[in-house]
Amino acid sequence: MTDPAPMIDIRNLSVTFNRGRKPVKAVNGVSLSVRPGEVVALLGESGSGKSVTMRSLLRLHPAGTTIEGTMTVAGRDVTGLSKRELGDLRGPIVSMVFQEPRLALDPVYTLGRQIEETIMRHEKVSRAEASARALALFRKVRIPSPERRLKNYPHEMSGGMLQRSMIAMALACNPKVLLADEPTTALDATVQIQILLLIRDLQREYGLSVIFVTHDIGVAAEVADRIAVMYAGRIVEEGTVSEIIHAPKHPYTQGLLGARVELAHGRDRLITIPGAPPDLTNMPSGCAFSPRCPVASEPCHTRVPELVSQGEAGRVACIQYA
Amino acid sequence: MLAYGLKRLLHVIPVAIGVSIVCFMLIHIAPGDPLAAILPSDASAELQAEMRSFYGLDKPLPVQYALWAWRALHGDLGVSIASGRPVLGEILSASINSIILAVAATMIGFTFGAVLGFLAGVFRGTWIDRIASAISMIGVSVPHYWLGMVLVIVFSVRLGWLPAMGGGPGGSDGKAVGWDYLRYLILPAITMSVIPMGIIARTIRSLVADILAQDFTQALAAKGLLTGQIMRHVIRNAAPTAISVMGLQLGYLLGGSILIETVFSWPGTGFLLNGAIFSRDLPVLQGTILVLAMFFVLVNLVVDVLQSAIDPRIQRS
Repeated sequence: MTDPAPMIDIRNLSVTFNRGRKPVKAVNGVSLSVRPGEVVALLGESGSGKSVTMRSLLRLHPAGTTIEGTMTVAGRDVTGLSKRELGDLRGPIVSMVFQEPRLALDPVYTLGRQIEETIMRHEKVSRAEASARALALFRKVRIPSPERRLKNYPHEMSGGMLQRSMIAMALACNPKVLLADEPTTALDATVQIQILLLIRDLQREYGLSVIFVTHDIGVAAEVADRIAVMYAGRIVEEGTVSEIIHAPKHPYTQGLLGARVELAHGRDRLITIPGAPPDLTNMPSGCAFSPRCPVASEPCHTRVPELVSQGEAGRVACIQYA
Repeated sequence: MLAYGLKRLLHVIPVAIGVSIVCFMLIHIAPGDPLAAILPSDASAELQAEMRSFYGLDKPLPVQYALWAWRALHGDLGVSIASGRPVLGEILSASINSIILAVAATMIGFTFGAVLGFLAGVFRGTWIDRIASAISMIGVSVPHYWLGMVLVIVFSVRLGWLPAMGGGPGGSDGKAVGWDYLRYLILPAITMSVIPMGIIARTIRSLVADILAQDFTQALAAKGLLTGQIMRHVIRNAAPTAISVMGLQLGYLLGGSILIETVFSWPGTGFLLNGAIFSRDLPVLQGTILVLAMFFVLVNLVVDVLQSAIDPRIQRS
């Protein structure tokens, strides 16, 4: 942690959804910082709180959600922003690419119109200038025949092209931070690679700080500089890509790596982590992974392990390393 | 757009033929001899036969239909048995009155229904939603002839602000714009608007709630749009369905106003139809039903074309 001014600094974030009968603690004390120009992958299975953590940076939660802790983005305290200030943050400073481009774009507006609208919301430019910038963005994300495509409606485009449009829209106001919520999960395998490469290229060109949420460790290794592994609303391990891939410390990370389909090659069965993630309305008292952990001992069931520094830049939350 | 309009217009032809056969047959299935209304019960057999052939009632049904349809195509819907005047002229002046009433009622109903439904959808689950939903529920449930009578008692009899009945100073024909005419329109139009108001409010409530639950409204917020700008997207997405529901309601109102027009003695098609039924005025009955059915077909056509103009997915895919 040599850099004095991280682009994103999340301290002790907790997010609780108060809909339904019982409050759901989706994120439980997450701390994470991202340097300028750095890509961090948040890795975890469904319900681990990775997406909720990321959306907190835009405060995109339904009404009645409790957010605790502090979040700073580009020197701004996100937790204290007014509605208006939040609107000014979303787009020119932090923008987001959604998982399903087909659902995340307005079906009755042309793509060009949707990009122009974003630019004109944040900058005082004419319609003609906004439209010229939309065209430049479409070129940048390598959409063929961009002039024609700008006049298309979302239902007239393929998933890959829509995700490119979504990326173009996210970059429309030159943000500093890009949040990517499983942007390749809904796409075909070949298109996935193209989109990953595109995001990587644009990230370098724009010097973006990126939080990339994914459940696919291969995707995380492809795009990220660092990986933070989440389980049941907490970060259980964090480190550089090579540390996580080659020397995973937390039993959950080890399990995730073992469960990859590629590694099943030559074996007749896929190795899986036994059991299921805990119920977020009724969390176990100790380490949340302890009921599924192959090496759990008695204290694991009563005490929540701290996330402690390990190695050069890595951190791990496991009693074995405490 | 134009091609789509023309294609839809072609679809109208078989529908129109079917409708004309049905309304021709309906009258012939109904009991009662139309001649009984104009001839004394002790009229001679010769006179009965003469009148029967004068009105074409002695020919076989398919021939009667063909003759009737052929004349109808040329604008001749026969002569009213009761008044002796051409049916077409009677229907036209009544239709204008009915259209005025139906359009006024739809405008009132759509305006209030859209506002109520939109608020209920945006503030779903709150007290605003409950009040708006209660109003729309009352709107669709209240019998409108009863509401009409209540309004007459309050505003005409007790307060004396508005006339209780009639179509204005010019009777059924004279029409002009002005308070003198408008004041006759207010009570029947309000009475007629409550059902479409309720239906439109409920439709828009569920539409808006659906749209707000979709990912793209969150994506709009994520790119910094303010609430007002997001609502513009919501309205644009809800508009095609809302307009088609409004069009259908207008179609219903153009034909379904017998009760209200009778309560207020509003000289429209419903009033004409009511009179024709009681006097067994067959040509007027047939003609009016035919014209009303054609209105409905036409309104549907206009709604479809309008919808495709607003929602790009309808005609392109």
